[in-house]
Amino acid sequence: MTIPTDDLQFEDAYVPEPEPGGPEPLHRRLGLTDDEYRAICRILGRDPRPAELAMYSVMWSEHCSYKSSRPFLGRFPTEAPWVVVGPGENAGVIDLGDGWLAALRIESHNHPTFVEPFQGAATGIGGILRDVFTMGARPVALWDQIRFGPLDHPRNRYLFSGTVSGIAWYGNAVGVPTVGGEVAFEECYSGNPLVNVMCLGLMRADELVLGTAGRPGTVAILLGAATGRDGIGGASVLASASFDESSGAKRPSVQVGDPFEEKKLIEACLELYRRGLVVGIQDLGAAGLSCATSEPAARAGVGMEVHLEAVHVRESGMTPAELLMSESQERMMAFVDPAHVDDVLAVARRWEVDASVVGTVRSGGMLSVYEGDELVAEVPAASLSEDAPRYRRELGEPGWMEDLWSNTLGLVAPPDTSETLLRLLDDPSIASAAWVYEQYDHMLFLNTVVGPGHDASLLRIKGTTKGLAVSTDGNGRLCYLDPRRGAARLVYEAALNVALCGARPRAVVDNLNFGNPEKPEVMWQFRETVEGIADACEALGVPVVGGNVSFYNETDGRDIYPTPVVGMLGLADPMPPSPPRLDRATDGMDLWLFGLERAINLAGSAFEQVTFGHVGGRPSAPDPTLAKAAVEAALSLVSEGLAPVLHDVSDGSLAVAVAEICIASEVGVSLRVSDWRHLYTEDPHRFLAATDPDDAERVAAVAAEAGIPARPIGRFEGTEIVFEMPGAAAVVDVETAARTYREAIPRRLR
Amino acid sequence: MTRIGVVTFPGSNCEHDTVWALTLAGADAELVWHRDTDLTGLDGVVLPGGFAHGDYLRPGAIARFSPVMSEVARLASEGRPVLGICNGFQILCEAGLIPGAHIANRDLAFICRPVEVEVVDTDSILTRAAEPGRRLTIPLNSYEGAWVDPSRAGRVVLRYVDDPNGSQDRAAAVANEAGNVVGIMPHPERASEAVLGSDDGLVLLAGFVDSCGREVTV
Repeated sequence: MTIPTDDLQFEDAYVPEPEPGGPEPLHRRLGLTDDEYRAICRILGRDPRPAELAMYSVMWSEHCSYKSSRPFLGRFPTEAPWVVVGPGENAGVIDLGDGWLAALRIESHNHPTFVEPFQGAATGIGGILRDVFTMGARPVALWDQIRFGPLDHPRNRYLFSGTVSGIAWYGNAVGVPTVGGEVAFEECYSGNPLVNVMCLGLMRADELVLGTAGRPGTVAILLGAATGRDGIGGASVLASASFDESSGAKRPSVQVGDPFEEKKLIEACLELYRRGLVVGIQDLGAAGLSCATSEPAARAGVGMEVHLEAVHVRESGMTPAELLMSESQERMMAFVDPAHVDDVLAVARRWEVDASVVGTVRSGGMLSVYEGDELVAEVPAASLSEDAPRYRRELGEPGWMEDLWSNTLGLVAPPDTSETLLRLLDDPSIASAAWVYEQYDHMLFLNTVVGPGHDASLLRIKGTTKGLAVSTDGNGRLCYLDPRRGAARLVYEAALNVALCGARPRAVVDNLNFGNPEKPEVMWQFRETVEGIADACEALGVPVVGGNVSFYNETDGRDIYPTPVVGMLGLADPMPPSPPRLDRATDGMDLWLFGLERAINLAGSAFEQVTFGHVGGRPSAPDPTLAKAAVEAALSLVSEGLAPVLHDVSDGSLAVAVAEICIASEVGVSLRVSDWRHLYTEDPHRFLAATDPDDAERVAAVAAEAGIPARPIGRFEGTEIVFEMPGAAAVVDVETAARTYREAIPRRLR
Repeated sequence: MTRIGVVTFPGSNCEHDTVWALTLAGADAELVWHRDTDLTGLDGVVLPGGFAHGDYLRPGAIARFSPVMSEVARLASEGRPVLGICNGFQILCEAGLIPGAHIANRDLAFICRPVEVEVVDTDSILTRAAEPGRRLTIPLNSYEGAWVDPSRAGRVVLRYVDDPNGSQDRAAAVANEAGNVVGIMPHPERASEAVLGSDDGLVLLAGFVDSCGREVTV
């Protein structure tokens, strides 16, 4: 049972009931519960008008209001001296020094993608870009984290290739490079793919703009695409409900994107900011006009008068409710001082962007919406964004956790090492994602120093000594086996990844993808995940500056694995002149393992999953002290220029990490481990380095100084990967490994 | 200093990168809006990469009607250097300033990766500073990247070493007969600094800038 956290009771209100044999009453069709209907009556002191119900339904949807998750999100550390804007605005903003700010945001577009992958994924890009340039920043890079069911099923192939095409179509044409991301395949995403997109923007400190409506008299100007019936109720109908076989019928709720319109809108808005012509600005995404009027008004503590007949539309006959709910893409609401209205309209004309004056800010806090002379809605602006119900959902540890933890594989003899390595390299979640990222423009703006295919991407900021590194990491299997440990390990992994580029971790955004929050087990997974992320961020001293929660990722009653995705931003200042890359190992270099073997633990490893189809056991807990030592060691190796190659040991463990270096560098290696299981144990806080043998003493000194164990385990030489371990040896030809690794995804799509 | 105009259409996105790289190559480069019709004082013009007018209808089909294009055509007819990069190459073909047209890549997928090209003809504003036979690594970034020319009037000046997209004669860059108008599908501006992976594009851009600084004889 669900217990509302505040008093939702309005027992006296008449709640419409369905006529016998007739349709459900309007509020239920819009996704509002009877209790929520009563709460609206209490706020208004009367029965709501249809347009008002429409506004509450989208603004109070799970997607917009975080009504199930907000009670937990307060656990995240959000403060640091460099945080300029924390969670709650359209994007987090951090100070990079010397007058530069970075805006950061991550969003999911899971449900639209399942219904229509091409447009679903494409509009996900459009939405995240608007969140970032709403803050005044030019979007400079995108990362996408996409998860699907296995590629042997035709529907998954359709969803995967449709998603990649959609991202390429929109991202390339809108002119923002996609410089990294993650691709993973797991049975639990068959009915519910995940598409998370992260965007980074850059601006000068005086260009920061907030989503505020300003003072009474300020004029609201709607910029961009004409409003149509596409995407009506996307937030409430699609993003906040589960799927079943009838989901195809929800296709009209998916928005349709136009990257050209967005490109013009970006350039027009950036010119408005540069010239100081706006007081505030808000993008129109989920909940459309309802959100873009009420949120800025609520933030400024004012009201607004809105005239729907002034909205430029792409079809006639739209009702007020449709105009208020439409999620037509590529629109922004600018709040402008009356003296600047003509200048703003002129900028819009130059960029060939449509604009209409749709409202005026009023004192008093009421949002009054007119169509012609008729008042169609009048609600307290703040009630839409701030009075949304909070649900303290029931939570309980799933009964299956004990069984999962005791279900270990208990292997006695090692399987054939060369065959196992090739099977791992052939796994689409581990294999090269070049098929994906070579369809994305990842070089535009001439900033990409280290691009996709590495642990993190590294971008330079032209005209400065600074570089920004970003890593995005998720691992549903690990989090299913232990959400708290799994989530914390993701944060540590992401922090290590940016450090391997020479950047110090500075800020986290997270995208929390979960099943149905009405199930106590899902809420338990959610709480554990939040705790894990919060613990790790606290240990590292890195704030969470924004995030997104996606619930109801279930189809036909089956929930996805709890799948947090962590995006970590790191700052390198100065940027290393020659940052480590995977392709810089050469014959004669030493191979070092930092972090050494701890306990052997194969739980949740790709090895168990790929080789035996086994998911069980309890993954090892992260070690905050070792995690920080790993970050410091990586930073020192980069700043002292000691390691041409640094590589994180994660999915697929040591065996795969070594092979990835050999494949990229086209060189063989010989290495020795003390137990075959070390090749596959996905213990956190480990990384590999390729170094010059003459530097061995300095490398050892860096490890000792940082407080992390490290030793050379092999040497790069020849054309084969040679593993030696007690009782066994194995040889894999680098060329065969490379072919397997590169072909794994494309061969499954032919 | 040699003044070069980089035309910005709505939907262009490589204009700033092109200005950046031309500056590295020694030029004084500036943006020109697609509605401008006075290019007086410019020694040469570049149509940069991107998606002019959203590439709607087909790449370049609408851009060729932008007001600036009649001026670009006039400069081309006077023998002034005109360079089209990627989308700019597509626009030059649509405008009839370079023979041929572009179709979708052979594998029907967008391609963004560095490719190797070989200098096969140095009699053009783009290739004049490069040695014949030299191989350059330059990023490709296109969907409708395959050039076709049934008339066989276009002169291939750069050729892909391997065939990435099905372009006729493995053409990566094509010149008009006079050699003062060149279209190139890969992006030389993306290969203008070693820190970004390659500076092989500089020899092409430097040759172009040098061409712009010369007296024109028609």
